[in-house]
Amino acid sequence: MADHALFTALVELADDHGVLGHRLSEWCGHAPMLEEDLALTNMALDVIGTARGLYAHAAAVEGEGRSEDDLAYLRVEREYRNCLLVERPNGDFAQTMLRQLYFAAFMQPFWSAALKSTDETLRGIAGKAVKEMAYHLRHAGEWVIRLGDGTPGSAARMRAAVEGLHIYTGELFTASESAAHCSRAGLLPDRAALRDAWLENIAPVFAQAMLEMPEGGYPQTGGRDGLHGEALGHMLSDMQYLQRAFPGATW
Amino acid sequence: MSDTKSRTETPLWEVFIRPRNGLAHRHVGSIHAADEVLALDAARDVYTRRGEGNSIWVVRSSQIAASDPDHADETFDPTADKIYRHPTFYEIPEDVGHM
Repeated sequence: MADHALFTALVELADDHGVLGHRLSEWCGHAPMLEEDLALTNMALDVIGTARGLYAHAAAVEGEGRSEDDLAYLRVEREYRNCLLVERPNGDFAQTMLRQLYFAAFMQPFWSAALKSTDETLRGIAGKAVKEMAYHLRHAGEWVIRLGDGTPGSAARMRAAVEGLHIYTGELFTASESAAHCSRAGLLPDRAALRDAWLENIAPVFAQAMLEMPEGGYPQTGGRDGLHGEALGHMLSDMQYLQRAFPGATW
Repeated sequence: MSDTKSRTETPLWEVFIRPRNGLAHRHVGSIHAADEVLALDAARDVYTRRGEGNSIWVVRSSQIAASDPDHADETFDPTADKIYRHPTFYEIPEDVGHM
């Protein structure tokens, strides 16, 4: 049970990072300016790096000879366990930056707490990721502030982004049975306990960005059970194409 | 984005990076950004992807006063024949190391 729970919880985390990394990489060559094109791909590489570490660890914990590539590229949609927030399409620049802010505002305190994990590999991954998330949080926050408190057009886009994405944030704080088991065992932080830290990261940004934090609404969940939005399937067909067409391809 | 718009909304900044403590900041290139905070982020994202440094300066390009190339003759040429200004007539003891 313990190993299976850890495997599942690691795959959930790895999918969060892998899927978000692919989404960010979709901006490559399409960002509004060269500087931001590099910023977005830098962030993509950060989270893809974290995903690799987590997939490799999950594969080792599972011990059935699967590789990190098998886990990242050769599962079907229903087997992906990422939260719904990270699979949301990039939309415009405001949506991408808000999605990044929401994610980093959660993962930064998450990795910070994971520095005390009883799992040595997770402590190693956390040590690297906590710094990367601190930068994503800062960078995305600066853009959210400038767009929210910018022109009428940018402010309208920022408000629309909040309206569209906020319902996906609740899922960050819910733990699957496996994740809950792992946090009781001291392997992973307790997700629900990070809500205050998340709010403390978001609130000052929203205040400066003249954005209101939406209340209520129906939080969207299901990602941890493999129930995804339509967008993920399209994304995976792109992301998995190479490994499906050329099995075992390396570079 | 039109050229004029990009010039006014995201002006040019010169980027200086210090490779490590004890060395001076060196000019490495330029970036466009709306203000100094985003300029520092852009400089970090464009010029420090391979561990190039541990400190960044950015300066608005328009704030830099430059010597006039048309005055190059009188500005720089007079030093060409004053070799006695080069400290090549001293023996540096080995213990001093790099100067």
